[in-house]
Amino acid sequence: MKANNNLSNIDQEPVSFSPETMAKISELIASFPEGKHKSALIRILHLVQTEKGWVSTPSMNKVAEILNIEPIEVYEVATFYTMFHLEPVGKYVFEVCHTGPCMLVGSDNIIDYIKNKLDINVGETTADGYFTLKTAECLGGCGYGPLLQCKYKFHEHLTKERVDELISDYRAGKYDQN
Amino acid sequence: MKNRKLLLENVHIPGIETFDVYRKNGGYRSVEKALKTMTPDEVVEEVKKSGLRGRGGAGFPTGLKWSFLAKPEGVPRYLVCNADESEPGTFKDRYLMEKVPHLLVEGMITSSFALGANTSFIYIRGEFMYILHILEKAIAEAYANGFLGKNILGTGYDLDLKVAPGGGAYICGEETALLESLEGKRGNPRMKPPFPAVKGLWGCPTVVNNVESIAAVVPIVNEGGDAYAQTGLGKSSGTKLISASGNLVRPGVYEIEMGITVEEFIYGDDYCRGIANGKKLKACVPGGSSVPILPHYLVTKTAAGEDRLMTYESLADGGFASGSMLGSGGFIVFDEDQCIVRNTWNFARFYAHESCGQCSPCREGTGWMEKVLNRLEHGQGNMRDIALLEEINKKIEGNTICPLGDAAAWPVAAAIRHFRDEFEWHVNEREISQKRNYGLITQPSVEA
Ligand SMILES: Cc1cc2nc3c(=O)[nH]c(=O)nc-3n(C[C@H](O)[C@H](O)[C@H](O)COP(=O)(O)O)c2cc1C
Ligand code: SF4
Ligand code: FES
Repeated sequence: MKANNNLSNIDQEPVSFSPETMAKISELIASFPEGKHKSALIRILHLVQTEKGWVSTPSMNKVAEILNIEPIEVYEVATFYTMFHLEPVGKYVFEVCHTGPCMLVGSDNIIDYIKNKLDINVGETTADGYFTLKTAECLGGCGYGPLLQCKYKFHEHLTKERVDELISDYRAGKYDQN
Repeated sequence: MKNRKLLLENVHIPGIETFDVYRKNGGYRSVEKALKTMTPDEVVEEVKKSGLRGRGGAGFPTGLKWSFLAKPEGVPRYLVCNADESEPGTFKDRYLMEKVPHLLVEGMITSSFALGANTSFIYIRGEFMYILHILEKAIAEAYANGFLGKNILGTGYDLDLKVAPGGGAYICGEETALLESLEGKRGNPRMKPPFPAVKGLWGCPTVVNNVESIAAVVPIVNEGGDAYAQTGLGKSSGTKLISASGNLVRPGVYEIEMGITVEEFIYGDDYCRGIANGKKLKACVPGGSSVPILPHYLVTKTAAGEDRLMTYESLADGGFASGSMLGSGGFIVFDEDQCIVRNTWNFARFYAHESCGQCSPCREGTGWMEKVLNRLEHGQGNMRDIALLEEINKKIEGNTICPLGDAAAWPVAAAIRHFRDEFEWHVNEREISQKRNYGLITQPSVEA
């Protein structure tokens, strides 16, 4: 994938993961057959991103250490899959689908609206650090567009009013639980 | 006329996502029947008789695929369910897994038994993390009720079932890329042969099947392959989940019995109820973004003037000249205001973004197509660009490791074939084409 091949140089301090994350990682590793624990890698990266908000180089090094594989094996996976943020992002990342079926029902307008409303471009983060706007390719909800995903949650049938509501709800922490 | 439901029949029963309600409504009967009264080969035989064709896009007969599975002594075999669902226009597997997760779990158990697999996986796209949790809950219930784990229902058959997520990469829907990803690697498709049936997950014989194919094994085993083959029409046996999107009154997921007309599906009260906002139909991509687009005059009728049906055969009628494909059932509808050039560019951007980059015809070709189409769409192209697109197409076609290259090339070829006047309009009327955000309404061409 051509999405992102740059590893960030920011924040090179070694990291540690929370006891909850570590427990889940151990459970995952144990669920694969002997010697096949590398299969847990992608899901571990999801866990890391959920805890840290993004996937830093030290986080990847730590994952490599836990899985007992080379750091490069983690980098090549993390850079291939577009869901992993390899640079710091806002507290909430709005990933708006802009593929054909969503475009047919107005995703371009929704993206423009969010840009104006948050005063940022695609790929940027608001000054207060709350929101990052990204575009995504088909998210598998084409009949319910325009739509966006934020922290694995789908928000569908977007209208301008619905976007306003989402932004204030996210700001108010409404979606922080679960 | 026909509207039998075999998969989504119980979707509206409250609590159907729980084991108890699912079981009370006839759930897990196929597991009991297969494990207690049939041999694995007999299950394969029923699937063969059913005529079931893979629902992931290619339509390859499932029973036949199963019979190719190598069975060397002492080597584990795997069943992997493809729940990557990333083809633009397709969102049916998500619906099935969310609403009736136990149907997939049941299908996985019965199918794993047929294949002699003792560990099976569901690989699901990372964006569907909430569904991964729904599936894990269903799986835990199945373990708790003795349908998974050691010595299932006292028959001596053992099965472990696990779910693994991807991380956002369309290419991981391609079966060998999926296996790479499941092994914790980049999703680069493998050269074939060897096919997964011989060397698949961790080098062991593996069957990869779509969610809907696995779910269909449940009614097939319950009713028998012959009865299933009676549903649907001819070689398009059974029912099909169609994901309907675009400019429709009622987009969504529909289970259809194959053989209904396209006309009924688009306009019928039980289905999409026509084009939204009182507009006219302009075009349709009937099987996901990878299949050829059909102009309005070839959507409900074939080139021969017959009713177009929702079957593998009828949608493909006319070949690439005047037909398309059922594909994954991602039915995308365009109203008269939509610009075909813009949409073709949009899809080209998708493929350029999703190419894994291993082979140059695909990596470079998809990138070039995106650039050239971008130029045309934005009124900066010229006539040579249209010819250039056709040339790039030919260079990609058939020259790549996996079918993503073709999937990127064919829709562009089809769009130019049927909407050449609209591409030319973008060149000849640069300014006007930029002032309107929609394209020309094309009239039937002479040969139609
Ligand atoms: C680029 C590409 C993407 C694919 N994406 C999917 C997908 O998301 N889901 C799926 O079931 N099959 C997908 N396929 C088809 C699979 O390779 C494979 O044929 C299918 O999972 C087999 O299952 P079936 O026989 O039950 O259809 C894709 C193929 C290609 C070339
Ligand atoms: S055809 Fe494209 S996606 Fe497939 S292996 Fe080659 S570069 Fe990768
Ligand atoms: S095109 Fe937007 S979810 Fe599929």
